Amino acid sequence: MARMKFLCDAERCIECNGCVTACKNENEVPWGVNRRRVVTINDGVIGAEKSISVACMHCSDAPCMAVCPVDCFYRTSDGVVLHDKDLCIGCGYCFYACPFGAPQFPQAGAFGLRGKMDKCTFCAGGPEADKSDAEFKKYGRNRLAEGKLPACAEMCSTKALLGGDGDVIADIYRERVVRRGNKGAEAWGWGSAYGQPPKGGVAPAAPAGGKS
Amino acid sequence: MIRRLLVAAAVLTLAACMEVEQASTPERQAGQTVRRDTAAWNNEPLANGPKWSKGDRTSWEEQIKKRQLAQHEDRRIYQ
Repeated sequence: MARMKFLCDAERCIECNGCVTACKNENEVPWGVNRRRVVTINDGVIGAEKSISVACMHCSDAPCMAVCPVDCFYRTSDGVVLHDKDLCIGCGYCFYACPFGAPQFPQAGAFGLRGKMDKCTFCAGGPEADKSDAEFKKYGRNRLAEGKLPACAEMCSTKALLGGDGDVIADIYRERVVRRGNKGAEAWGWGSAYGQPPKGGVAPAAPAGGKS
Repeated sequence: MIRRLLVAAAVLTLAACMEVEQASTPERQAGQTVRRDTAAWNNEPLANGPKWSKGDRTSWEEQIKKRQLAQHEDRRIYQ
């Protein structure tokens, strides 16, 4: 069973912001909302500068789902965490709970009034009818329903951002790490998003049933 | 007697503190992860896009995994 995940290879990311642009263009994300962004640490320090592309990681045990007072989040069968904008009240609890700062809030009026939350959908749309206009307007394009992967991962020029079935991207990353001599073996954010693997075992799988 | 009454009162009082069932929408059922979203594989493939059999999860996953290998530049070059 496919379990969709993102992985950003910090050794490869060159901070080109191609993923950000691809996301904004593909989903026609409004001004002021960045579903994906590139974060750079040690900026300008030679040899220590690292960039990471960050968006919703579609966590196995998503904190946003746990704290939402109106219970607008749900998880699809392939492990993508989505939300229903018809239920969202824009309270911002999910923003405080998310370790990746993924939830975004468009300004809905004067005095900093927040609109409904917007976040990365793994290009999987939302609860509206697949590939419908309503779905596109609220959530963006549903590429998974077209048999495609998220635009950000497919557009990444250095293939730093991997997206798709967790087993496959883990294999790709593992081969890279072995080839470059164990450099950058830490898959950034995977511990927070998908749980630390037990000693001598594999990472915990997505919950088989029920809301997590 | 008084002790029994106190226990009964405590049980009734604590019952009010129990957590209520939070399934707010009728679409949700026990063990169901997807509320009302259509699964990706239940869509008709695009005319010029990737191909799978509509409603067949396995074929959809297979083509997605195959597509993912395009993110592996070594295999992409040497394929």
